[in-house]
Amino acid sequence: MKLLEYEAKEYFKQFGIPTPMGKMVTTPEDAAKYVESLGKPVVIKVQLPVGGRGKAGGVKFADIPVEAKEAAKQLLGMTIKDLKVEKLYVEEKVGIVNEIYLGVTIDRNRKQHVVLASSEGGMEIEEVAAKTPEKIVRFYVDPLTGLRSYHANYIASKLGYRGGMMRKFSSFVTKLYTLAVEMDAELTEINPLAEVADGFLAADARLNIDNNALFRHKELQERLLDSYQGELTEREIEARAEDLTYVELDGDIGIIGNGAGLTMATLDSVMIHGGKAANFLDLGGGATPERIGKAVKFVLRDERTKALFVNVLGGITRCDYTAEGIVAAREELGLRKPIVVRMMGTKEEEGKAILKKNDIDTLDSMEEAAEKAVKLAGGDA
Amino acid sequence: MTKFINKDTRVVVQGITGSQGMFHTRLMKEYGTKIVAGVTPGRGGQESEGVPVYDTIHEAQDNHEIDASIIFVPAPFSLDAALEAIEADLDPVIVITEGVPVVDSIKLVASAKAKGTTIVGPNTPGVIKAGESKMGIMPAQVFKKGNVGIISRSGTLFYEIASQITRVGLGQSTCVGLGGDPVVGLDYIDMLKWFQDDPETEAVALIGEIGGDAEERAAKYIKEGGFSKPVAAFIAGRAAVPGKRMGHAGAIIQGSTGTADSKINALKKAGVAVGELPGKVAEELLRLL
Repeated sequence: MKLLEYEAKEYFKQFGIPTPMGKMVTTPEDAAKYVESLGKPVVIKVQLPVGGRGKAGGVKFADIPVEAKEAAKQLLGMTIKDLKVEKLYVEEKVGIVNEIYLGVTIDRNRKQHVVLASSEGGMEIEEVAAKTPEKIVRFYVDPLTGLRSYHANYIASKLGYRGGMMRKFSSFVTKLYTLAVEMDAELTEINPLAEVADGFLAADARLNIDNNALFRHKELQERLLDSYQGELTEREIEARAEDLTYVELDGDIGIIGNGAGLTMATLDSVMIHGGKAANFLDLGGGATPERIGKAVKFVLRDERTKALFVNVLGGITRCDYTAEGIVAAREELGLRKPIVVRMMGTKEEEGKAILKKNDIDTLDSMEEAAEKAVKLAGGDA
Repeated sequence: MTKFINKDTRVVVQGITGSQGMFHTRLMKEYGTKIVAGVTPGRGGQESEGVPVYDTIHEAQDNHEIDASIIFVPAPFSLDAALEAIEADLDPVIVITEGVPVVDSIKLVASAKAKGTTIVGPNTPGVIKAGESKMGIMPAQVFKKGNVGIISRSGTLFYEIASQITRVGLGQSTCVGLGGDPVVGLDYIDMLKWFQDDPETEAVALIGEIGGDAEERAAKYIKEGGFSKPVAAFIAGRAAVPGKRMGHAGAIIQGSTGTADSKINALKKAGVAVGELPGKVAEELLRLL
């Protein structure tokens, strides 16, 4: 789950991370009012779940309330990457001496948190890593000790800070790491982190939360569906609301499988036989006829779907349930799109019998079934 | 390194009174797994599927000799359950639970490493020694005792390939599901090392998918001579799109890393027979053995 800058900054403040004064607003009037109360020049930034807002013209500066009102008016009328701007963050402009990068993420191979810091803030860290890798400090945190202050001191001194600034940067790093662990962040980064005359401020904030950990962050769980805006397509959001694991693709063959690996392999088989999948839909384990019916309806309703390929390997998922779900969904929709089913395993014979009675073909091999699905989709074209 | 499992491995099921725990305890017992005890806090003194239930592993150990643990407890409690098993010197500890927060997996893996415990999972189908014992949720009917070891990140694709290995007349030795999460206890390389020394394994099927670079690292290990037995592989996700999680939390192409092509190329360069379709893996193994 990706939080917007202003949401991330609420958490930054909770964890004691220094951030410039700022406020989220939704109208030009509120922007002006805030600048009035602040009495300082500001930067106004669109709040969208997509990157590259600066290049898209989504950041403006204002010195006085009337300028802020005008800037906010312009920004609120914008559409960036198909997303309408509805929220702005108005923040005091800070006197930046240097732009730093600081991030905490998870290294899959080492199975540890890694702190990344660089004196080259303001540009994409991937770009820094590619061009000047020596300018990135990487520190891998031992999960059993956590990030101790001497670790953070090491990172700060590697960036060239001494004395009071070293201690301030070190404290900043420690707080961001604490936030990363306690908030279950997959990634949190500050780019740029502003070095100002007497310390450091988070000029931007990125915070992506591990969806598996939302049971610990109930206040975020409620906002989960909203957070998909911009990240997922409309169809994908609809699928999430129906609790389906679904990814939209750009072909015309609907794919339903059980298990992520098998479903991916099903897409691959279709591709190898010259077809293109319209979607990825993983039923997970132990689906009921109702759940299978829901999935089948979801994919068949999609006007792009010319044929449906259901591939189920019965372990805890039952082939008879699968067959019942398919038949019921087709009846309910009254659609006669071609369906190819490959099923194997638990209650295979029963499942095949149900499908045969309803004139739905079953095949034993995944490859043959993929070939047939491609042919059926093509026949309709 | 762990012995993994065989017909003599004595198993405790943590979360034995839940619906998943009960269902799979029955199936594991049917397969021959020696399940000696179950643990569910607050259910001590009861029985589940004919197995005595205790409140803690400690209490179970007072009454039984136990070697290994399999965990079915819900995600919010799985870290606690796994730490309890590690502390009790059980090995391996197999975490079936799906949806474990990554921060918990990091703690779990580090604690296991400090103690030398083998963790399988989280989000794994488990481990099976064909014909002897299974600690997992895989359908038993697709396995037959033989000499092919399987290492897989996914579940159903693993069963698919196992069933094809059986169908061509081969069989399996030990098969391990690594788990579909970004952070898991066991890696391909750990298993390749184990299979290298396992006299019952003569070839390995390596089943991978998009996300991370565990397959690339396994390829490097094979290329450098770390593993000398024949390997056939399948990588799922050639048709996947970047930036989207394909079902598993760990199955995501981030930027340019984690693509199926990168994994397939690395494995091919290491001399591994990579099947274009899952069905080709069994054919390749038949040719190699």
